[in-house]
Amino acid sequence: MKVLVCVKRVVDYNVRIRVKPDGGGVVTDGVKMAMNPFDEIAVEEALRMREAGHVSEVVAVTIGDKKSQEQLRTALAMGADRAIWVEHEEAIQPLGVARVLKALAEREQPGLVLLGKQAIDDDCGQTAQMLAALWQRPQATYASEVVISGETVRVTREVDAGLEVIDVDLPAVISTDLRLNEPRYVKLPDIMKAKRKPMDSYTLPDLGVELPPLVERLETTPPPARTGGFKVESVEELVATLKEKGLV
Amino acid sequence: MSRLLIVAEHGAGNLNASVAKTLACALELKPAELDVVLFSADGAEAACQQAAALTGVSRVLSVARPENGAPMGAVLAPQVAAMAADYDYVFGPSTTFGKDLMPSVAALAGVPMVTDIMGVEDGRTFVRPTYAGNAVDKVRVPDGLVVATVRAASYKAVGGGGSAPVEALELDIELPTHSRFVEIRAGSSDRPDLQSATKVVSGGRGLGSAENFQVIYSLADKLGAGVGASRAAVDSGFVPNEMQVGQTGKIIAPDLYIAVGISGAIQHLAGIKDAGTIVAINKDPEAPIFEVADIGLVGDLFKLLPEIEAAL
Ligand SMILES: Cc1cc2nc3c(=O)[nH]c(=O)nc-3n(C[C@H](O)[C@H](O)[C@H](O)COP(=O)(O)OP(=O)(O)OC[C@H]3O[C@@H](n4cnc5c(N)ncnc54)[C@H](O)[C@@H]3O)c2cc1C
Repeated sequence: MKVLVCVKRVVDYNVRIRVKPDGGGVVTDGVKMAMNPFDEIAVEEALRMREAGHVSEVVAVTIGDKKSQEQLRTALAMGADRAIWVEHEEAIQPLGVARVLKALAEREQPGLVLLGKQAIDDDCGQTAQMLAALWQRPQATYASEVVISGETVRVTREVDAGLEVIDVDLPAVISTDLRLNEPRYVKLPDIMKAKRKPMDSYTLPDLGVELPPLVERLETTPPPARTGGFKVESVEELVATLKEKGLV
Repeated sequence: MSRLLIVAEHGAGNLNASVAKTLACALELKPAELDVVLFSADGAEAACQQAAALTGVSRVLSVARPENGAPMGAVLAPQVAAMAADYDYVFGPSTTFGKDLMPSVAALAGVPMVTDIMGVEDGRTFVRPTYAGNAVDKVRVPDGLVVATVRAASYKAVGGGGSAPVEALELDIELPTHSRFVEIRAGSSDRPDLQSATKVVSGGRGLGSAENFQVIYSLADKLGAGVGASRAAVDSGFVPNEMQVGQTGKIIAPDLYIAVGISGAIQHLAGIKDAGTIVAINKDPEAPIFEVADIGLVGDLFKLLPEIEAAL
């Protein structure tokens, strides 16, 4: 079985975001970029499936400009067998991404498509479910445990009430939550080796994909700042302040 | 004159608290008709009645089918998409139920989706958080159906007192059989639900162990508060996953939030931006949590928490 794993290039999660003063988004120039942390977990899971003998090939996919190839190289260095780069310079949103992934799923016929449950830049959390709906295959979102047995997969999902367990038939789409695994560190020789691994590239017309209209971003602003308050010196002062505010 | 549909979450005979908040957002659009739909195996009578009593609801629609016994996105989405043809807006709550379901609905309807509406500017312009709430986007959706989730923490629940009719609805469509519910493992707790509690006490890595977390439960019980946790506390196995607060956990808006032994990472703060008063208790005076806390107390939590409990 083949696994497609989808990765997105985002601002590194350690970076403190700054909103551009003109309202045109957040500052990304000179800012450290990285693979979306949830996608890293997806790559790791795919590799563990291969190591456990359930999967024969791990194919990493991204859609983006030339720089997004860096994240594919990271996936290859982690251990993916090959990569697919879908070249696209302009903005693309989850429904468009899902259409591209569906076209690739039809071409590649994977048994599983693994994606992060959300990207930490736009925080949309839509792509996996949209792909599943378009591809008419199961969606097992927010996975914290994945067990493959034959033609079905048992997925434990992190939901508001606790942990939900579902069985889905292959092929299926799984979106990963943080506790699914801890991604491996990439070693230097792996980075060198990754340079020689195959990377195919496509354009949207190659795949016959037409993008839907975009949700237009009119303005980006910083959130209303929470101005830190004050420190109290003692428990008595804390309790008195809370009582004064009618909170206890 | 627009028509709006809310997909309601419910369980164990109760409407989820997120529905009344989703409704508050929906009412800002002044829809001519506002329907609420509940999917269940048995008609979910009690939850339907609770929905019918909420302010502003025109009709409650109950879709009962054996397949709807457990809320599975892949099973519900084709049903919601079939209903969507009659509406201008389809909203769901930004709970894991709504977040799982609504993107599939949008994809089946062929429209993009807005995640986490936190404000309505006009019928097509919405405000939503990005980057764990560190930026706020004003976005305009293209023509056609609007599918969205509503960030419950941004809205106050509408009141009751309404009496909308409850109608059974039959949807004659084929449903996928490729996904099957097995079980839900939910921690049972008599404490207030984290997402609707007016007071929440949360513990972080500073607690050190599951046993030590007892001091958090104890203070919470004294206050009648819900209990939350940082990701580090969940990952370390001190508490179960459903207690996580933050970008990837629950987004909450209690009147009082007490963060104990939590450093204040941006991903954690993303979950408490709408809290009324934030109290931080941490032994490190430089912890970032103090930059956002309304009231800070520096010291060892194991010494301070019992003292606070005694002083209350
Ligand atoms: C993609 C992504 C998503 C994430 N999502 C979330 C999320 O949803 N929610 C979340 O919380 N985190 C999330 N995180 C993790 C986040 O970055 C932090 O790692 C986490 O919040 C840290 O938890 P903490 O504050 O409990 O632990 P730490 O940062 O280790 O802080 C522990 C604090 O306890 C204090 N302390 C220790 N002992 C005592 C004592 N005896 N008395 C008083 N104080 C004491 C210390 O001074 C310290 O400040 C996410 C991370 C990533 C990468």
